[in-house]
This record gives sequence, structure tokens and C-alpha cells, in this order.
Amino acid sequence: MTKHTKPSSKSSSNNTLFKHMFASAYKLGLFMFVCIILLLATDYLTAPKIAYEHRQAMLKTFNQVLPPHLYNNTPLEDTLTLSDPKQFTQLGSEHPVTLYRARKDNQPAGLIFQIKARNGYSGHINLLMAVLPNGKISGVRVLEHRETPGLGDKIELQKSDWILSFNGQTIQAHQPNDPRWAVKKDGGDFDQFTGATITPRAVVGAIKKALLFIQQRGESLYE
Amino acid sequence: MSNANQTEQSQNTAEPTRWQTYKHIMDNGLWKNNQALVALLGLCPLLAVSNNIVNGLSLGLATLAVLLISNGLISLIRNHVSSDIRIPVFVAIIATAVTIIDLLMNAYLHTLHGILGIFIPLIVTNCAILGRAEAYASKNTLDKALVDGFFMGLGFLLVLVLLGALREMIGNGTLFEHTHLLFGDIAQNWTIHFSDNYQGVLLAVLPPGAFIGLGLLIALKNAYDTKKTAKTNNALGIPIAITPAPQQQENRP
Repeated sequence: MTKHTKPSSKSSSNNTLFKHMFASAYKLGLFMFVCIILLLATDYLTAPKIAYEHRQAMLKTFNQVLPPHLYNNTPLEDTLTLSDPKQFTQLGSEHPVTLYRARKDNQPAGLIFQIKARNGYSGHINLLMAVLPNGKISGVRVLEHRETPGLGDKIELQKSDWILSFNGQTIQAHQPNDPRWAVKKDGGDFDQFTGATITPRAVVGAIKKALLFIQQRGESLYE
Repeated sequence: MSNANQTEQSQNTAEPTRWQTYKHIMDNGLWKNNQALVALLGLCPLLAVSNNIVNGLSLGLATLAVLLISNGLISLIRNHVSSDIRIPVFVAIIATAVTIIDLLMNAYLHTLHGILGIFIPLIVTNCAILGRAEAYASKNTLDKALVDGFFMGLGFLLVLVLLGALREMIGNGTLFEHTHLLFGDIAQNWTIHFSDNYQGVLLAVLPPGAFIGLGLLIALKNAYDTKKTAKTNNALGIPIAITPAPQQQENRP
């Protein structure tokens, strides 16, 4: 563009071209620098607030699966990370899983952790579940899913009470093929939805697997 | 953008007063050159998050804020940036504005930020913003650029909210659900339920519902415009002499 706007002898046009290029580069650099400074400043100012909000949001979901009166420690700071692939694949995850350990007066009060149902109707279903020390489920909530609205999304508490049917359920470590842990269509205890069997089947399967894992480890997870 | 350039050139011919110019900008932003209904820019976020009023309103507000900031800054620097580097500079300014808004929303509207997710950063790719920067803000004074940014953003926001309301009403049978995510606890019971056992029309909530809804809105606007021109023009489309001819008719044969 500059070549055409400045008609003059070749060498001097080259000279002005270079000058122009450097001036442009300098200005561009200056603008980028200002932008970066602005971004760094905003990040610096908002980072603590974002971390705080993130913690609050997590605590809020914790309170949904494990009643807060059952524990008096800070589960966010009392964690156990399962980094052995053999272990965390049991929970459906492909990354190490963090177990948040709730205690009351230093006695085990519950384990809160995320699991993944890997065979949902469309993609993975992320769940948060809490298991009491006696092996009973305290609560399960869906954190994230992409199931069909109106059919598979009844796993959300907002849409249906179905997810509450896991409360108080348990499985014995020596009985891993407990027939009750399936949807009714497969001869188990849990309802399926009209028009959507795959979603509840995936959720029941994932929760059963995770609960079995916890039951087999038992007390050792609190140490 | 040809439509936009045309209408903007026509305003320079008669030396309008400042308020006339603002009024003209307002008409453009809200109706004549509405970014969503006429320019059809920014459809990706428009279609993706218009499934209820709150989502539409919050994304609309974020877009409006970005448009204001980017239009203002770009108008301020328009005489200091040569045309060779203007696009990278515009992109940097827009990206910075969007990222700042994204961080602020993450900090102060955390849950809402989680719901809107990727669509806040995606405002960067909303062509309406770069379009206004290039077509208007880089050629006009600060006040006009700000007014333009505000009304272009408002026009986009109104379409988002309207489409969100339509889809929420038909798809869920509610209005103003989850408004507390944006306005805090006072909005806890703003939700209107039309019926206790409304099953909802799934189609309206799913992506096709967005396309159909937007199509209907555009059709409605076009029908209204045609009816309005029919009133002031004779059967051949030529403006009737008694009424002052609207500006957009000047180019007709």
C-alpha cells in the first residue's frame, strides 16, 4: 500500500518505506504492550476474587451431596489424590482424581469426589458424589452433561427427583454383581426414563463402580 | 457492510445537527442496520445462548460493554494508527476488552459466567464488533463512536432478549427464570410460570428453535418495513411528494 502512495525515486521510496515500517512496528508494539499491561492488571486484581468464588461454588455443591452439619473440617484442604491409573479409571476418569475428605472431630465423616459416566447418550456425564463412612451414598449430583434436553436431562435435580433415589443406597464389597444396581429394564432397582434408558444406565453403572471402589478400600482412604 | 457504508455516507450530505446525527445513529443501531436482524452479524453467540432471557440479557450486556469500550478506544486512536496496522490494533483492543469483561464476570457473576462459558470469550469473534470498529469508529469522533457502540449493542441486546424470551416461553413455559444469577437475591422470585404442568416444546430449546425464531423475527421486521414503505410510496415504489421521503429511498430508480 505504501509503495503506491509515495511516488518518488526508488532509493528514497525504499528509505521512507523502511521508516514507515519501523514506525508502524513500533506503534503496534506499543499498543500490544499497553494491552498486555491492562490484562495483567485486571488478572492481578480479579484473581483472588475468582479463586474465592470458585471455592464458594465448590463448597456449595459439596453441601448438596453431604449435609454440612455432618462435618466440621475443611474438605477442600483435606484431600487425597488418586494418581494410579488403575484406581482413577475405576471412577471413570482419565486424570488423577482428588478425594475430598470430610471429618467430624477428626473422625471420618464422608468422602466427596467427582466421577465420570463414560457411556452417556452424548458424551461423558460428570457427577459429584459423597459416600458416608458406613458405605452408604449420602448424595449424588450431576455437574455437567450433554444429554438430550427433555429426555436424558432428568438426571438433573432441577428437572426430576430421580438422582435422589441413590441416597442411602449401598453395595457390599463381596457382592460386586448385586443385581439391584441396574435400571429396572435390566432387572434392577432404579427407574429409567421414558424414551431414555441409556443415560440412567450409564449413571447407575458409574456410581456402582465408584461405590464398589470405595467399599473395597474402606477406611484406608481416610488415612 | 455495504448497507452500513451507504447509510453512513448519506448523513454527510446535509450537515445535520448533532442531535439529528445521534438520532440517525440510534435509528441505524436499533432498527435500520440492526446488527442481528439486518447485518446478520454475531449469529454464533446469538443462536447459542438465546435459550432464555437471562442468558440473552447477560451476553447482550457483555457485548454492549465490549462495543462501547472498543468503539471509544478505536475512535480515540484513529488518527494515530496508520491503515497498515489498524486491523491488528483493533483486534488487540477488542480482545483485551473481552478478556477484561470475562475476568470481571468470572469474579463478580461467577455462576452466570459458568453458564455462558465459552460464549463470553467468543465475543471476540463477533463480527459486529470488528465491523463497527472498522466501518464507523475508525472514521468518526469519540462522541459519535460511543453513541454508535451503545445503540448497535442495544439493538443486538434487544434481539437476544426477545429471542430468549420467545424460546423460554415456548420451550419451558416460563419467563425470567434464574434471573437471580444476574441481579442477585432480590430477583429470586421473578420467575413467571404460565402453567403448572406445561410440558414444553423441546424444539424451541434446541438449536433449530433458535434458527426458526430468528427467521420469524427477521420476517416480522421485513413485513413491518414493507408495510411502512407501502404507506409513503405509490404503487411504483416512488415516494409520494407530500410526505418527506425517507432517506433510504433516495437510491431507488
